[in-house]
Amino acid sequence: MAGHGMSGSKTFDLATVSLRELNRFLHKDLLGTTHVRVEHPDGAHSIAVGMDAPVHVDIAGHAGYYAAGMNKHATVVVHGNAGPGVAENMMSGLVRVKGFASVSAGASARGGLLVIEGDCGLRCGISLKGGDIVVGGSVGSFSMFMAQAGRLVVCGDAGDALGDSLYEAVIYVRGSVKSLGADARFEDMTDADFTAVAGLLAQAGLAHDPREFKRIASARSLYHWNVDAQQEY
Amino acid sequence: MCGIVGLMIRNPSLRDRLGEWAEPMLIGMTERGPDSAGIAVFTEPLPDGQRKLSVQAPEGFDWDALRHGLGEDATLAVRANHGIVTSDAPPAVLRAGLRSTFPALHVLSAGRAIDLYKDVGTPQQIADKYGLSGFSGTHLVAHTRMATESAVTPENAHPYTAGEDWCLVHNGSLSNPYSLRRKLEPLGIAFDGDCDTEAACRWLEWRMREGDTLEQALTQGFDELDGFYTFLMGTSDALAIVRDGFACKPALVAETDDWVAIASEYRSLAHLPGVSGAKLYEPQPERIYAWRATA
Repeated sequence: MAGHGMSGSKTFDLATVSLRELNRFLHKDLLGTTHVRVEHPDGAHSIAVGMDAPVHVDIAGHAGYYAAGMNKHATVVVHGNAGPGVAENMMSGLVRVKGFASVSAGASARGGLLVIEGDCGLRCGISLKGGDIVVGGSVGSFSMFMAQAGRLVVCGDAGDALGDSLYEAVIYVRGSVKSLGADARFEDMTDADFTAVAGLLAQAGLAHDPREFKRIASARSLYHWNVDAQQEY
Repeated sequence: MCGIVGLMIRNPSLRDRLGEWAEPMLIGMTERGPDSAGIAVFTEPLPDGQRKLSVQAPEGFDWDALRHGLGEDATLAVRANHGIVTSDAPPAVLRAGLRSTFPALHVLSAGRAIDLYKDVGTPQQIADKYGLSGFSGTHLVAHTRMATESAVTPENAHPYTAGEDWCLVHNGSLSNPYSLRRKLEPLGIAFDGDCDTEAACRWLEWRMREGDTLEQALTQGFDELDGFYTFLMGTSDALAIVRDGFACKPALVAETDDWVAIASEYRSLAHLPGVSGAKLYEPQPERIYAWRATA
């Protein structure tokens, strides 16, 4: 069963307690609980999905698919690596991965901040709808594909087809970009961009000079269907 | 969806732990593949003149008849409905002999190092049926299957093999298996079934038989094999993994001085001794990762 620590904190050991029991507690039985610690996550899927309260959840190890998916208000820290789709569809709050994250990190997130201290796999921030993502390492190919709103800050390098078919989301990359996707382009950094990057790096706790970052945004040439060009598609 | 599992024991003194450590790895992938499972174990190789064939028999098969039929030049070890025939005869001769005298037998693998077991059932059932936890050897390639194309039968379970001491398991789906097959069949390469994975397995074996190294064959494979795949492969002395350019199908590698372990997810690695200190990483798309067994 769940262990009781100091007032307001609770520990669940997934070696002995089912994931469903943990998530049911997080959804329905928090009452005055402010801190929840999850031990032996051992790659289990869907840990702390659907949070809807301002509690702090520590996952003491590696998480599987969809950790902290749909997060709202909560702070979820993965003290290890995260599987595919970490913080997918996040609404608000903070999700921090101390290790690396697999594919589709932060997919479709509408709000909140996802921090990945290590590297991130392919399709990071795919279809992002307003959340912010800061990656301490590098991101894989097809990151921010069709991202509509929100920001991605990459302290390392980016793979192929970065920002393909971007809408109004903006990408900042400190290292190299292997290739840009269709309709993505480099743009000059403005004072507002330097301020935005500085703010996100500070929130993430990463010490880089904002002046080292390049801005990638949409050229907006794919926004509307061009009837005259249809023979070319 | 499917699960892949691979384990290579680097420290020779730990090779009798291969099956014991692999069993929870396989069972950890049950949700990814509950309908069939298979295991290819690579043991110390037989002397050059000897070969072994892993065979699968239908219920009620008369193993004694096979034992008598093989004569004194061969030995037979039976586990459930699988047998391993060891013989001095060239594998082609042995294979032809078995096919004519015991047509009910299905030859799963041939070589000096590979033993193969595959069947329908949950990973736990397969592990129990064939005694996975007792296996020893240098390395192992295993798979849990959730069929997305072709029927749930023992033959369609993975690993697939071709030639000698070569096997492949697949998570994903190929989009050009029939065009690969149409290239290979005129070269005299026969197919056992209609699973897309068999085409990749036979195509890569054909390239290596034509003189390519494993790495050269896989490099060409990035152009020739179209679709989604994480392939985990075994040869007599190597374990290798590749992922397609989109890397939709997961894989995770954990390395220590004592072992290299590969699985679709961390769930299958969490129990391994020393995993907390292991180097953990996801194989990059279209990059070849291969590990050689130490002598």
